[in-house]
Amino acid sequence: MSVQRVRVELPLHLMRLANLSGHETTLDIAAPVTLRAVLDELERRFPALEGTMRDHVTKKRRDFLRFFACEEDWSHQSPDAPLPNAIANGTEPLLVIGAIAGGSF
Amino acid sequence: MLQDWFDGRKSSFSEVQGFAYTVGTYPGVLKFMSSVRLLVGTRKGAFVLTSDGKRKDWKITGPHFAGWEMYHLKGSLVNPNRLYASQSSGWFGQQIQRSDDGGETWKPMNNKFVYDGTPGTHQWYDGTAHPWEFKRVWHLEPSLTDPDTVFAGVEDAGLFKTTDGGESWNELPGLRNNETGPHWQPGAGGLCLHTIILDPTNPDRIVIAISAAGAFRSDDAGKSWKPINKGLWSKYIPNPTAEVGHCVHHIAMNPKTPNTLFMQKHWDVMRSDNAGDNWTKISGNLPTDFGFVIDVHSHEPETVYVVPIKSDSEHFPLDGKLQVFRSRTGGNAWEPMTKGLPQQNCYVNILRDAMAVDTLDECGVYFGTTGGQVYCSPDAGDSWSAITHDLPPVLSVEAQTLA
Repeated sequence: MSVQRVRVELPLHLMRLANLSGHETTLDIAAPVTLRAVLDELERRFPALEGTMRDHVTKKRRDFLRFFACEEDWSHQSPDAPLPNAIANGTEPLLVIGAIAGGSF
Repeated sequence: MLQDWFDGRKSSFSEVQGFAYTVGTYPGVLKFMSSVRLLVGTRKGAFVLTSDGKRKDWKITGPHFAGWEMYHLKGSLVNPNRLYASQSSGWFGQQIQRSDDGGETWKPMNNKFVYDGTPGTHQWYDGTAHPWEFKRVWHLEPSLTDPDTVFAGVEDAGLFKTTDGGESWNELPGLRNNETGPHWQPGAGGLCLHTIILDPTNPDRIVIAISAAGAFRSDDAGKSWKPINKGLWSKYIPNPTAEVGHCVHHIAMNPKTPNTLFMQKHWDVMRSDNAGDNWTKISGNLPTDFGFVIDVHSHEPETVYVVPIKSDSEHFPLDGKLQVFRSRTGGNAWEPMTKGLPQQNCYVNILRDAMAVDTLDECGVYFGTTGGQVYCSPDAGDSWSAITHDLPPVLSVEAQTLA
């Protein structure tokens, strides 16, 4: 089974929670690279991120977050669908994007 | 309380040596060298405010967890450098942070709050059934005897407990499963469990309050609960004297008199002298008895503080004057404390967990506002000054008195 080096870009607050600097991190993921595999590995490496992107139990994505891959919104795709090759081979980062506040906070 | 606890437990001085304002090495001067640490939660981070016992010059550190809503921070009585903090975000949900050095460094703890079993339903605003959904932790109440044990009051209303310093959380489901649970209804701020009071003389007794379900008490360490709302009257519910449905904003207790509870309800200031079995109204001469905070003097169990707010429709002080009202008679007779507080054009609110007292010989009283001020009275309310003017809106204030 091949292992792929995947890049993930996280919002500032999640980078801080994970005690990471910069704005992205890399993960080694066994193929096939899916959204579920990336998020599972992200939470395994950084337990403080559990529950911050998806519900602890239902694994439902939190309302104010979306997942973008290669300029496409993957928020509503099956979490078990293989991500695009450019994500799987690290050419492009998977983006975890928070909704803009719109001035409400 | 902490001072008393230190005296009673003969806790070691070394426990707080890391604290910046604890100076000197002679046990005989500990009382003189006492210091105060305020833990301030705001909508955009947490701040730690420290001073010596004079409470005139303050050092402020923060923001900790910048950008996050810090609903509440509280320290352990038995290990005052052990702090717990509730960190919340609409984007990223709930975090629990723990410090073992008085707030200098923090560590994220387990944030998994899962209701026991299959949660049922409570009432939605329109009276329809709505499933229980965890949203956030409003209040953290450390055990009086064990620094690793903490109770967490959450929205949607439930009580959780850790016994391993925050490594794991388990619900005490007897509260949510109380037979009245399906009838609980949220206030506009959510169905939040915001008040947790532990009885220092009876480890099995816990009093909690939920907006807008009311007050509840357990006498078996949280296994079973009963509503304690007799004597409350709320015109906004179909039956004003119903068993549940009262919007209790906050409850305070002096640990020396644990059977006496003081309550700021939505409207009405109330007291009970039998641990909540019955309540009587003590609003007396208050100009308005709407409000959120209430607290009790550390050494005088009949001296009570409230900050009257104009009304449920206008959440700011009456006539733009910020006034703390103090009763030295356990209620009914109240006097305005205004020295040092703005007496014109003041339209801030003081939220339910944003008042605290220290335990120095001359009791210090503190409160934070939605305008970002934190006020201190080092003389039991006689005079006030702002420690800081420009924090984000203040959600909570806790005071630690350090030997």
